[in-house]
Amino acid sequence: MERINASGLDFKALNEKLRQSETDCAMENCCGQRFLAAGMTDVRLTIDGVPGNALGAYLNGAEITVNGNAQDAVGDTMNAGRIVIRGSVGDAVGYAMRGGEIFVRQNAGYRAGIHMKAYRDKVPSLVIGGRTGSFLGEYQAGGRIVVLGLHTDGKPIVGNFPCTGLHGGKVYLRGDLRGVRFPPQVNVTPASAEDLAEIEPLVQTFCALFALDAAAILDAPFTVVTPDQENPFRQMYVAN
Amino acid sequence: MKKEGQIRIPAGCAIAAVISKEGNRMTGKAIIDAMRPMHARSNGLGGGFAAYGIYPQYRDFYAFHLFFDSRTVRKECEAFLKERFELVHAESIPTRQTPAITDAPKIWRYFASPLQSAVAAMQVDEKEYVMRAVMEINTKLSGSYVFSSGKNMGSFKAVGYPEDVGAFYRLEEYEGYCWTAHGRYPTNTPGWWGGAHPFSLLDYSVVHNGEISSYDANRRFMEMFGYKCTLQTDTEVITYILDYLVRRQGLTLQEAAAVIAAPFWSTIEAKKDARERERAAFLRKVFPSLLITGPFSIVLGFSGGLMALNDRLKLRSMVVGEQDDKVYIASEEAAIRVMAPDVQNVWAPAGGEPVIVRVKEGAY
Repeated sequence: MERINASGLDFKALNEKLRQSETDCAMENCCGQRFLAAGMTDVRLTIDGVPGNALGAYLNGAEITVNGNAQDAVGDTMNAGRIVIRGSVGDAVGYAMRGGEIFVRQNAGYRAGIHMKAYRDKVPSLVIGGRTGSFLGEYQAGGRIVVLGLHTDGKPIVGNFPCTGLHGGKVYLRGDLRGVRFPPQVNVTPASAEDLAEIEPLVQTFCALFALDAAAILDAPFTVVTPDQENPFRQMYVAN
Repeated sequence: MKKEGQIRIPAGCAIAAVISKEGNRMTGKAIIDAMRPMHARSNGLGGGFAAYGIYPQYRDFYAFHLFFDSRTVRKECEAFLKERFELVHAESIPTRQTPAITDAPKIWRYFASPLQSAVAAMQVDEKEYVMRAVMEINTKLSGSYVFSSGKNMGSFKAVGYPEDVGAFYRLEEYEGYCWTAHGRYPTNTPGWWGGAHPFSLLDYSVVHNGEISSYDANRRFMEMFGYKCTLQTDTEVITYILDYLVRRQGLTLQEAAAVIAAPFWSTIEAKKDARERERAAFLRKVFPSLLITGPFSIVLGFSGGLMALNDRLKLRSMVVGEQDDKVYIASEEAAIRVMAPDVQNVWAPAGGEPVIVRVKEGAY
């Protein structure tokens, strides 16, 4: 295990240090340095402090754990690997993600999972423990987003306009969805046993990571949102 | 070289702010340091700060900060000011030579009181009188530019990275109960001192991260009320809109936020409270030309408080943190952690949800 003190290093110097390391890394005093571990394949990195935007962008198999909050665009265009956030994340977590897993213990900002996609065996997963902002799963094309609603501040599990432009993949929301409005182009149905079987291993991993009771969390109604093939999004803004 | 106003500027940017609800005064050091981790959000073509509570010895006088191209235009502008104001103090704003800041104009400040006979003759109130004088200097006196005109507050801005601009203006020597900051990333412009943020009028100052798509519609509407946008940088019009809505129209800050970041009609229709629904619809219908579209996160500073606001789609990031008597706002959490490493309560306001912080009455 190599310890890296991020204090006083800019994002370029810090990333170079990370790349030169030949073993697992524990980073301390991180404060806003961007692009950490971008594109990396085989490192295991733990971060204390607040990593900057685009943490683990293009990640290709590495594992990152943040012992606090992260900022915007965590796992942007991530290909493989795992990112674990013990706090909350900013906007656009999992932006255009196309493989790998992201687990967020607390809340996510706007546009979580925007443009997520899947291809054959590459099926990305994004699990959020608390609530998310507006435009959850905007333009989603594939993969799974699970929102568990374990937050306790009384706010709705998701903001306005969830699943706008969704045309592939699935969004799972746990618990009461009264008052949440979905666009007419998606199907909103109670999760079937088959649907639930698909996310059970994810919820179990989430609970193992954060020391929670998976059985209790799974023992609640789940809603699944999928594109309506009979009434797909044809034109969002302009005809082209 | 073309100046701003001849070229349109979309911008990236970083913002930060800190305010003490108890009115405790802080030097500019913390807010300068907060901008450091967000260095990559700016490109060195503009940085600036607004500070409130920094001129207690002149608290009853308007503090004008001006850029002059030359000594000649300064003399001309001073003659203009003397016809309209009693000037109680005039000085060159102290700066520190630094290789990072070059091509500085002449930078002066004046503490002034409007000539009451002239105010009476114009049949307007004092603030309107000051606002008109500022507009006249900025549009008619070529080479003079008023970039700050409030009481017991001041804007400080330049071409450069914000941390260098802070050092240039020696902001660690000032003490204020509220500071806002901006790092600029204009992409199509040579950058000009007047085009840096904050944009100030009277005691309002705005720092802005984003780009307004509705700029021209907003600008044309505001020109009907005597606000002349001389720079074509989108942020300028936000300052004027807020001055118009809050000072002239008497709207509350919440109402002004509901005008510029108006909810979608579908969101308004879904509101459960009928009164709230009517209020939101009313404000959208009365001020349709003041809806600001496109991405923005802004901090509006004013005497005794501030308001932070995101566009309704939240196309820019902004987080808020609180600790003890202080509230912190920034484009990135890292900036807040520099000012308050152990801050516990960090949250992101929703799009269009104003965060309004006021200093305890009598403490500023």
